[in-house]
Amino acid sequence: MPNTRRRPWRDLVAARMVGPMNAEVAMIKTAAETALAHAYSQARTRLPGDDVIAAQREAAFALFAREGLPHRRVEEWKYTDLRALMRDAKPLASPPDAAAKARARTAGATLGDVETRRLVFVDGAFVPEISDIGALEPGLAVSSLAAALTDGDPALAAHLGRLAPSSDVAVALNTALMGDGAVIRIGASSTIERPLHLLFVASEKPAASFVRSLVVVERGARAMLIESHEGPPGSDYQVNAVLELFVGDEAHVDHVKMVAEGADALHVSTLAAAIGARARFNAFTYTSGGAVVRNQLFLNFDGEDTVAGIRGATLIKGRQHADTTLVANHIATGCQSREVFKAVLDDEAHGVFQGRIIVRPHAQKTDAKMMTQALLLSERAEADNKPELEIFADDVQCGHGATAGALDEELKFYLMARGIPAAEAEALLIRAFLGEAIEGIEHAGLREALMDAVVAWLGARR
Amino acid sequence: MTQSEKTNEMALLEIKDLHVEIDGKEILKGLDLAVDAGEVHAIMGPNGSGKSTLAYVLAGKADYAVSGGEVLFDGQNIFDLAPDERAAAGLFLAFQYPLEIPGVATMTFLRTALNAQRKRRGEAELSTPEFLKRVREVAGKLGIEPEMLRRAVNVGFSGGEKKRNEILQMALLEPRLAVLDETDSGLDIDALKIVADGVNHLRSPGRAFVVITHYQRLLNYIVPDVVHVLSRGRIVKTGGKELALELEARGYAEYQEEAVA
Repeated sequence: MPNTRRRPWRDLVAARMVGPMNAEVAMIKTAAETALAHAYSQARTRLPGDDVIAAQREAAFALFAREGLPHRRVEEWKYTDLRALMRDAKPLASPPDAAAKARARTAGATLGDVETRRLVFVDGAFVPEISDIGALEPGLAVSSLAAALTDGDPALAAHLGRLAPSSDVAVALNTALMGDGAVIRIGASSTIERPLHLLFVASEKPAASFVRSLVVVERGARAMLIESHEGPPGSDYQVNAVLELFVGDEAHVDHVKMVAEGADALHVSTLAAAIGARARFNAFTYTSGGAVVRNQLFLNFDGEDTVAGIRGATLIKGRQHADTTLVANHIATGCQSREVFKAVLDDEAHGVFQGRIIVRPHAQKTDAKMMTQALLLSERAEADNKPELEIFADDVQCGHGATAGALDEELKFYLMARGIPAAEAEALLIRAFLGEAIEGIEHAGLREALMDAVVAWLGARR
Repeated sequence: MTQSEKTNEMALLEIKDLHVEIDGKEILKGLDLAVDAGEVHAIMGPNGSGKSTLAYVLAGKADYAVSGGEVLFDGQNIFDLAPDERAAAGLFLAFQYPLEIPGVATMTFLRTALNAQRKRRGEAELSTPEFLKRVREVAGKLGIEPEMLRRAVNVGFSGGEKKRNEILQMALLEPRLAVLDETDSGLDIDALKIVADGVNHLRSPGRAFVVITHYQRLLNYIVPDVVHVLSRGRIVKTGGKELALELEARGYAEYQEEAVA
């Protein structure tokens, strides 16, 4: 159904920036905001990149200086008040020592037996000696962002910052402070069989890392990208990661992100993707770790007749907070997108899903359906689901649904009446609930690894 | 042998003066029943007499409050046992309305149930080949296609398929006492025969059945040893299989009046 009353996301942000509201919001800087400003002023002259990059950093930082950390009155951050949740800002991470690198060798266990090409980052810095950078497949080029910035890679300049929304404060902080990350190019028609695994590991030092990655998959290429984030419990480190992903026409790309941060970590990450015509694109976001997690997905369907599956599973407990915020922007005609997000919330955990499907005026024949479901395992758990459709075209099929509820006691009784103990019955039902999202992962090994992770999470419940 | 004489022996199932409430309303009002191993008992009664309540209370459904009486299964008070413990002890309820469980494969469900029961009884879990062999045998007898077993539990099953799936579970789990709650409802005559055959195959000296039904029809195929009339929360008459025919001919009206008196 056409709906033109709403204004697009970016316009809303812009209006807030220049509107009269701005004058009265002269807020006192929080400790975290002050520390971030200090970190930037200390680091700005030694951060990598030429004058053009430096100017981008300045502009991005200026946005942060004006806006401050996002808070509950910023619509997009309503349920994740970073200003309140982020009590301080950690110092920028220093290069990892030998011990931290040695520990990172055993990271990535969640993936089980899945054979990947690992690119390992410790505290946000690329560590080539524990990464698989030898014998690259034809068509695959890999480097670190720090190196690419230092070398003035022209391809980097052409792509960096093109996709991540500059009006988002988390992205702006990343742009201002980005130190390292992965830069990957997959040449036209190349098939990269071995999944590329960007493995971000935090050491025990409570530091902040700002990682920025750029992946360009050219026309007709096939690749799978895994992005995982992990770190030790007991350290309140902070991660701000941005990945800009260009998917060419007729390319087939899978992106799987696993947020398995330590229990006290703050994690904000953004996937910004532009997807070409007749492409296949799948994104999966798995969140089980971290004290405060914000997953942002900004996806632009720029080319016609692309088929996309955007899915996610969140399993959190204790006082964990995990927010997944998605904007699926249908710009070209005839694209199909399926969005399925599931959350299992135990104890006092707080799960947030904000999903917005935008269908631009020219995106006729769009077929987009979004479903978000939260399963509350405790009376004190909280789920906020906000699905939205913004449709400016008249010949489309779009829909969304949202549910939140407890486990079905009738089903549990049926299973128990067959001799299945209560905990096992619950585990079966929870696996079935999440299965609908996880089944969408095309890679069998990875699908199994994630189901194993679910089983392990369930096992730790009792 | 009359009902009162039986209660003096050690019955497999013994229900004494059972009172059950739901939402503060008394549904079972002093129900007595004794079922010996090897027997098939039919419980017949009008709608609202408490038939399904009895079935659910035996299986351990949470919404029912037992306000008096006791139920002994093989001498053990079943109210001390959780539903899964009752199942492992050998109690099985074939549901009147079997539930659909999206996302749980029938095979996973059957195997989890069987092995959970075996584990609780201290028996070894079945290996995959052993399990598959048993499922195929039982499914074949019940006319259950292998394709059905690959689907999620009861999802997309017809009413008849769901009931057959209940009997499949019963045959696989080999309970000592099976309670069939209106298993005949919604079945055509062919499906009814398949279900009845499944039950008759399992009849043995060590196993008992309680067949709950509104109609006499099922009892042409599963011939009971004892027939009870349940009305307004109590067993008001007990007799042989001829009692079912009598009920079919005359209806329940007189028993409803008796219960009031």
